[in-house]
Amino acid sequence: MASHAIEIRNLYKIFGARGADHVEAVRAGMSKTELNATHNHVLGLKDINISMPAGGVMVVMGLSGSGKSTLIRHINRLIEPTSGEVLYDGVDICRMSELDLREFRRHKTAMVFQKFALLPHRTILENTCYGLEIQGVPGMERRRRAMEWIERVGLSGFENRYPNQLSGGMQQRVGLARALTNDAEILLMDEAYSALDPLIRVDMQTVLLDLQKELKKTVVFITHDLDEALRLGDKIAILRDGEVIQQGSGQDIVRYPADAYIAAFVKEVNRGRVLRVETVMTPLSGPVEGPAIPAGTVLEAAARDLSSAGASVAHVVDPAGLPLGRLDLHALVGAMVTESTEAREAAA
Amino acid sequence: MALCDALPTLLCKFPAIDDGTIRVVRKTIDESFKALVRSYANVIDVVVAPLQWFLNLLERSFTGAPWILVLAILLAFVFAASRSWRITLGAAVAMLAIGLLGLWNDTMITLAIVTVSTLLAVLIGIPIGIVMARSDRAQRIVNPVLDVMQTMPSFVYLIPVVMIFGIGKVPGLIAVVIYAVPPMIRLTNLGIRLVDKEVLEAADAFGSSPWQKLKNVQIPLALPTIMAGINQTIMMALAMVVVASMVGVGGLGRNVLQAINNQFFTIGFLNGFALVGIAIIFDRASQAYGRRLQKHSEVVHG
Repeated sequence: MASHAIEIRNLYKIFGARGADHVEAVRAGMSKTELNATHNHVLGLKDINISMPAGGVMVVMGLSGSGKSTLIRHINRLIEPTSGEVLYDGVDICRMSELDLREFRRHKTAMVFQKFALLPHRTILENTCYGLEIQGVPGMERRRRAMEWIERVGLSGFENRYPNQLSGGMQQRVGLARALTNDAEILLMDEAYSALDPLIRVDMQTVLLDLQKELKKTVVFITHDLDEALRLGDKIAILRDGEVIQQGSGQDIVRYPADAYIAAFVKEVNRGRVLRVETVMTPLSGPVEGPAIPAGTVLEAAARDLSSAGASVAHVVDPAGLPLGRLDLHALVGAMVTESTEAREAAA
Repeated sequence: MALCDALPTLLCKFPAIDDGTIRVVRKTIDESFKALVRSYANVIDVVVAPLQWFLNLLERSFTGAPWILVLAILLAFVFAASRSWRITLGAAVAMLAIGLLGLWNDTMITLAIVTVSTLLAVLIGIPIGIVMARSDRAQRIVNPVLDVMQTMPSFVYLIPVVMIFGIGKVPGLIAVVIYAVPPMIRLTNLGIRLVDKEVLEAADAFGSSPWQKLKNVQIPLALPTIMAGINQTIMMALAMVVVASMVGVGGLGRNVLQAINNQFFTIGFLNGFALVGIAIIFDRASQAYGRRLQKHSEVVHG
């Protein structure tokens, strides 16, 4: 089952009794504050255009109130858009009938929630089965499939406990197992790890990355944590006040923050552990020199390799061992410690 | 009335509608209501027939069966609900005391009518509560009706009940149900409305139909509150069977009524305590059952 890309086009959401009446005004440039003051409507999302990669992890990042949770709820239409399109496999989700939408939710999407949202009166197994039960899959079959995922997320032996008997981290594993058991093409994760403590969060990120290598679902992941975004995201969109202010790869966002707001975020990032060698390498000129460093290595690891080899120049190779570019220590260290001039100016 | 001398009569003596007009209005309403009841007498008989049949059946089996069998079934029921030996033992002591005081038969009659009216109240109350929880408009309409039902003195609505259904067990039963159903409706509504929004959203996200959501999420999560409603309904039904004895319901209530009329202090209190005894049995058993339903929410992990 191949996952498709999700295309969000010109999406607006205005909360309030007559939201649709104000789309034009917002399009013409009315600000969030103005809309609230003069019409008592709240601007949730403004002209969102994102193309979410098929089979990849799309991270939507923003602080609270930025509209990220509103945005993810448009993909399975838990929130009705005011105007715009959300396309999956050529179909506009916003125009689906109630029955089509229910089928879409049952078979194409699965969601993981920040506060887990498990059914407290059902055991872990019964919770994990929930999606299949709704789909009408027979009891034995759904039990078998649910047990498989309970095992995969490391909860074997807990299947007959109740959610309240588990810790937060374990409850979220149930949330993940419940979503994965659905075997849907789209996995929606709404601040799924935000309620977990840092070590467990990293642990759960690893679980997701490992599973994603094999599952290749189209994942939409919401977070307010840039480190999490950089670790998970094939593509990242940053939201503020309901608008996308930058989207691109994590490498792009760290190296070329679009404005002061993002630069302020990025400043705290450990660049040596985020930026990869192919981002700072220069085109090959002349002979291949120094140790070979595989593409995808982060700068810190590359610097370690260079210093232990006592070299000042290395070359980057692809998985097949073919040289891709030249890496010199000067550029490497420069990229690790300094921000680009524009960013520093922007931040000031 | 010095003050009245200074004021026009209109402001001093309340300008009531004159007696003649009120009499005409009263007569018209009473007579048209009676005529309405008369013309639907057959329909009413057919409608209440199953109630009559069920009530009689239960009453006959409660009073007709050997007391030891009834007691055993009652205690088994109490134990099944509460899983507590203490409550079961208390119920046994209370029932034996009632029997020793010669009130066994009357108690059985009262139990029968309380059982039927509670079942009826649950059957009526839960669906109305569900409708109320799903629609704010339904809530706006039903709430004032419930307010009236709960504050209107029960003697007042005995009047139309007697006019429509006559004197007897079934009118008494209907009066009890009217009195006992509001907490069932209110608490069903409240329970469903209090269900965690996040969990509901999750149910939606997995594509639940409205029926699946009701069956899998709303009712189970509202169940403790609904159980509290059933508990309240039983208590109110027990309180109302005394009043309903005025329209012909037998049992402990009738004894109390006779005691009031004849100033039989001891008989009055003995019957009163028998009612209290049954009330406590039902209350403890249903509350223990309600607590057992919530066992899953005990936090074992810190």
